Amino acid sequence: MIRLTDEPIRIDDLLSAAADDAAGATVLFVGMTRDHNEGRSVERLEYEAYPGMAEKELVCIAEQACEKWPVAKIAIVHRTGVVPIGEASVAIAASSAHRGDAFEAARFTIDRLKEVVPIWKKEFFEGGAIWIGDQKGKQGVWKNQGGTPTSD
Amino acid sequence: MKVRLLFFASLRERAGTKSMDHEVAEGTTAGALLEELRRDLPAMAAAGRISLAVNEEYCEPGRILRAGDEIALIPPVSGGCSAQPRILER
Repeated sequence: MIRLTDEPIRIDDLLSAAADDAAGATVLFVGMTRDHNEGRSVERLEYEAYPGMAEKELVCIAEQACEKWPVAKIAIVHRTGVVPIGEASVAIAASSAHRGDAFEAARFTIDRLKEVVPIWKKEFFEGGAIWIGDQKGKQGVWKNQGGTPTSD
Repeated sequence: MKVRLLFFASLRERAGTKSMDHEVAEGTTAGALLEELRRDLPAMAAAGRISLAVNEEYCEPGRILRAGDEIALIPPVSGGCSAQPRILER
């Protein structure tokens, strides 16, 4: 189960999807919307995705996790749209024969997800809103030195 | 030739649109297009770091564009981390 949803994430669904008779451990990570960030009181968050690509990248991360650790199953669900404070915005369930591998795989999956999956978060707080990671005014010069086409 | 540009998040808001067609010369690379857009599009001029994806995959700067390519302009993703997205080890 790897998907985006604009409805509340049902944690039971992830646990069912990750269930496997050969797995002695399932590690569940749930990212929650927090009521504060960098000194601001946050009212709600909004997530926007590039749907086709986001799903492809999630599948790719799950495949990488399965190559690195003896994972039985991985389930990933990311929410899009407005998410009120205190709700799950992302959930990952990874199962494996032993807990160590399940912990490692879940950790890798959320870390990688936050680095590469094209999903953006807009934070609404009293008096304004910002896209997280957006750096206004930092105009870039293209650095054509290999790697991804990124300028900063 | 024509390509399709996709805007997301802060870029979408600044551009005032989710997507637009864009004319590029034959042989244009992803890197050259990004330079051109930063120069010519007001929405891009104010933007910070941007990565490019062609047809739903992060691409190298030297990637030659083709007619009909779908080019996504990708501002920093939700982790908000400073590390730039790297090509995935496929």
